[in-house]
Amino acid sequence: MTIRHHLSDQLLMSYAAGDLPEAFNLVVATHISLCDECRAQLAAFEVVGGAVLDRCDLATMGDESLTACFARIDSLPNTPVTARRPARRDGLFPAPLAEYVGVDLGRVKWRSVGAGVRQAILPTGKGASARLLHIPAGQAVPDHGHRGMELTLVLQGAFRDDSDRFGPGDVEIADQATEHTPVAEAGMDCICLAATDAPLRFNGLIPRLAQPFFRI
Amino acid sequence: MFDAGQSEKLDADPPAWPYAATGQQVTRRKEGPAVQALDDMTDWAGLMARVRDHQDRAAFAALFRHFAPRVKSFLMKSGADATLAEECAQDVMATLWHKAHLFDSSRASVATWIFTIARNRRIDALRKARRPEPEELDWGPTAEPDGADLFESRQETSRLGAALAQLPDKQRALIERAYFGDLSHGELAAETGLPLGTIKSRIRLALEKLRQQMS
Repeated sequence: MTIRHHLSDQLLMSYAAGDLPEAFNLVVATHISLCDECRAQLAAFEVVGGAVLDRCDLATMGDESLTACFARIDSLPNTPVTARRPARRDGLFPAPLAEYVGVDLGRVKWRSVGAGVRQAILPTGKGASARLLHIPAGQAVPDHGHRGMELTLVLQGAFRDDSDRFGPGDVEIADQATEHTPVAEAGMDCICLAATDAPLRFNGLIPRLAQPFFRI
Repeated sequence: MFDAGQSEKLDADPPAWPYAATGQQVTRRKEGPAVQALDDMTDWAGLMARVRDHQDRAAFAALFRHFAPRVKSFLMKSGADATLAEECAQDVMATLWHKAHLFDSSRASVATWIFTIARNRRIDALRKARRPEPEELDWGPTAEPDGADLFESRQETSRLGAALAQLPDKQRALIERAYFGDLSHGELAAETGLPLGTIKSRIRLALEKLRQQMS
């Protein structure tokens, strides 16, 4: 997988710092599962976090704080805690995404949003929303702009817009200034994970009317 | 840019092992320039290894004295009150004990690792937002990290600390606010004065290191 479109420094830093809403966290974690370069950049931004922590002034600890901490340690069984990170897996969905949608395409509960495009909204917390998109090969996603920030990560197939091509592993970062018509490449249906912190707005009349019903 | 001055020179000395035989040498130090140098010399990874291999309480106490007040301060800057911050700091340090076997000193310094635990604790306690993690890399059979690796990750943190210290106050405050969770991604994206260039060369080095490890 040759990845050409990466996460921005701002996104990686926000993820390292723990500042992103869940839907963006999901896109970042899924991309990093596929991209060693961004993984290394993330590690570097976590080192910045270590330096920030190390530079913090010293708060006064409560009396007997260490004793209380040992009591906490002793109150828990001393069995090794397993790693928090999900293990590497094969398949279309990297592990962090598979935790939301199941391990394969067959488990995704798609809903049609017209013109052959299907989507599945994922359960994420406030601040941003995430969904899987299924765009038939050769099909255009309705012309749309964005009110906030939108991240689109390609999982299968590819799409093109006016400026570039986005293939598997690539992530497109769109903001208010982006107004485009992404088209899925011929040959293979395009499956993407998209997250946005604002509802999309469609430029065509019909899709705009349909928007409240489809939550897109 | 990354001239860390005095601490750079000290880093060039062989890693010290202040824990020594009794475990009592690493006690709470008074703050001050000379003492800061001592901190740089402390082999936190070595203490972590003693916690992991021997459930060594004296080694843990030394880690606690250094890091717990910083974690508490970090959490208070993130918006926790003193009581919650104290409780979470104890939690973070208890997690350090229980997850000691997961700490890999060739991949991160102790400060960086504790930061990630404190960050996750903050998200759980204050934000209650889920933060999916990337897949774990298959690192292959892990050899015991050699001295050079240990030295390098420790140096990375102290060099970055020095780089942060040298930033103009406004820029440093911006980065710190991001890590305290006090800056939304929108504010961060809109912020053009973010001095990321300053830390870019550190990032490139980390990338090189990772590539070497994976090849």
